[in-house]
This record gives sequence, C-alpha cells and structure tokens, in this order.
Amino acid sequence: MEREKLIKEENLAYRKTPLLTDAVMHYCPGCTHGTIHKMIAEVIEDMGIQEKTIGISPVGCAVFAYNYIDIDWQQAAHGRAPALATAIKRLNPYKYVFTYQGDGDLASIGTSEVIHACNRGENIVIIFINNAIYGMTGGQMAPTTLLGQITSTTPYGRRSDLNGFPLKMTEIVAKLDGTCYVTRQSAHTPLAVRKCKKAIRKAFENSMLNKGTSFIEIVSTCNSGWKLSPVKANKWMEENMFPFYPLGDVKDR
Amino acid sequence: MAVEGIIIVDKERCKGCGICVINCPTKTLSLSKEVNGKGYNYVYMAKEGCIGCANCAVVCPDSAIVEVYRGRV
Repeated sequence: MEREKLIKEENLAYRKTPLLTDAVMHYCPGCTHGTIHKMIAEVIEDMGIQEKTIGISPVGCAVFAYNYIDIDWQQAAHGRAPALATAIKRLNPYKYVFTYQGDGDLASIGTSEVIHACNRGENIVIIFINNAIYGMTGGQMAPTTLLGQITSTTPYGRRSDLNGFPLKMTEIVAKLDGTCYVTRQSAHTPLAVRKCKKAIRKAFENSMLNKGTSFIEIVSTCNSGWKLSPVKANKWMEENMFPFYPLGDVKDR
Repeated sequence: MAVEGIIIVDKERCKGCGICVINCPTKTLSLSKEVNGKGYNYVYMAKEGCIGCANCAVVCPDSAIVEVYRGRV
C-alpha cells in the first residue's frame, strides 16, 4: 500500500490525453489503430492545434476514427481522402489537414488520388497504415500483401505469377517531386512509438511551411486477419514485414 | 531510495492483448485471472518493482493505462 501514496499530481508521469474520447474503441485487442490514434491525439495536444486540425477518416476499420479523437473530421468515399483533403486544405490554408488511410484504401482503390495529391505537392499529411491485408472485410489479399503470405483469398500464399508483387507505396511517392517528407515507421514497441510520434509531429509542422506533402507509412499488424495473437502478430511483423518494408526516412527535404 | 511507480488501469477499457506485458522492462505486469465486463483478462500489477517508466501506457492500443505516477515513496 506504500505505492499508493505516489498517486499525487506532482508525480504524474503519463496520462491519457483528453483529446481521446472516453468511447471504448471497437478495434480488436492489440490492433495498432488504437496506438496510432493515441499518437495522433498526443501530437495534436502537444502542438496545441485541436481547434485547427481536420482529419479525413477512410473506409475500413478506421472509419470510426471520428468517434475517438476530439477534433474536426470529414469522412471520405473509399480511397478519395487525399482529394477531399486537397479541397479542405485549399479552402482553409491555416488548418492542419491530415488523412488517415489503410492499405486497401490508399494502395488499392485510392492509388490515383494519393499519387496525384503527392505529385501536386498539396500541403497535407497522409498517414498510411500498412497491415498487408484487408482487415475489415475478412482478411483478403491487399496490394501490400507479402509474397507467400496466407490470406483468405490466397489460401496457399500470395504468388507473384498469379497475384503480382507487393506494392511499396512509400518508395513510389518518394520519387515524386511534390513530397517533402516520406518516412516509414512502426508502433509496436515504446521506442517505435516515440519515433513515430516525432515523425507525425514533423509532418504536421511541414504542412504549415508550404513544403509539400508529408507521407508517413506505419507498418502495423492485423492480428485477426493474420490469425495470430497480438503478441505473436508483432513478432511476425518484425520477422516478415520489416525485411520487405524497412523502417526509416526515405526522403526528407 | 529507488524510484517507484504505479499505474492506474481502466479495467473496462482493457482488452487483454498483452502488448504491455511483454514491453514491461521490470516484468511487473500480468493479465489477471478475473475478467472484466466484456470477458477480457485485464492487466494488473502482479509484482512489486514498477519504476513508472510508462512504457506500458505508451504501447497500449486502447489507452487502458490511463495514468502513470512516478516518485520516491
């Protein structure tokens, strides 16, 4: 009971940010979306831009992001978040605008929107959650699915001759002149979370400096889709995803 | 005296994923045998030794570790 004496205002080392609402998230246990929501909320709180931030929520599991982070949101049609963000940012140049998109949303149906938004160099932040699977619809193969990975539509593993090769969106947008900051992060350990938060903060700051689009890929897990426990999914991600999707800054100017 | 810490867990938010348990540097945390309202085994401080590093709170996907305190008893 000695320890309970520590519960005093001056000893507070960490608290849940008030920007996260009290609604319990609908995500599966261990889903990286929750961690990423928390990181975004903490960055917005640290920068003091709650009133000036507009998020674009995608189609997919994260469609209910507007229930969890207490900022202004707009929900886009499947894959069209960068187009909507372009309009919002051009009409409200003093707002921080970011999109939050999964790999089915950004890398599949929304490929043209994201490539053209990045090519135009819109001053927005694109947060790309890559879990190599379509999580919400039942674990089908996504463009980012690794070769040999088992999904519900590739039960014998993804084959390059039949299904093509995994798409590295981050490397593709890094080649475009409109992007200023392109990075790949993850959120499975405290170190990775802290690095990722730094990257998100830098991207938000870039969006006010008229430098171009900032693109952050966050390699994530989908433990329900991968049919693994949360802890094993993190391990699988380290062993299989990181060799193909190496972490770190791809472009920074 | 060494620095000690304590975490406050919102039991009803916790989904028992166990990511905090493997990221705890002092191996203080475990999942309880009891379940919360939704049937998840929530996390609790099973042993002494918490240093209040807040690593568990940083990685918690559901923000179930709502507060971390750190200081000298």
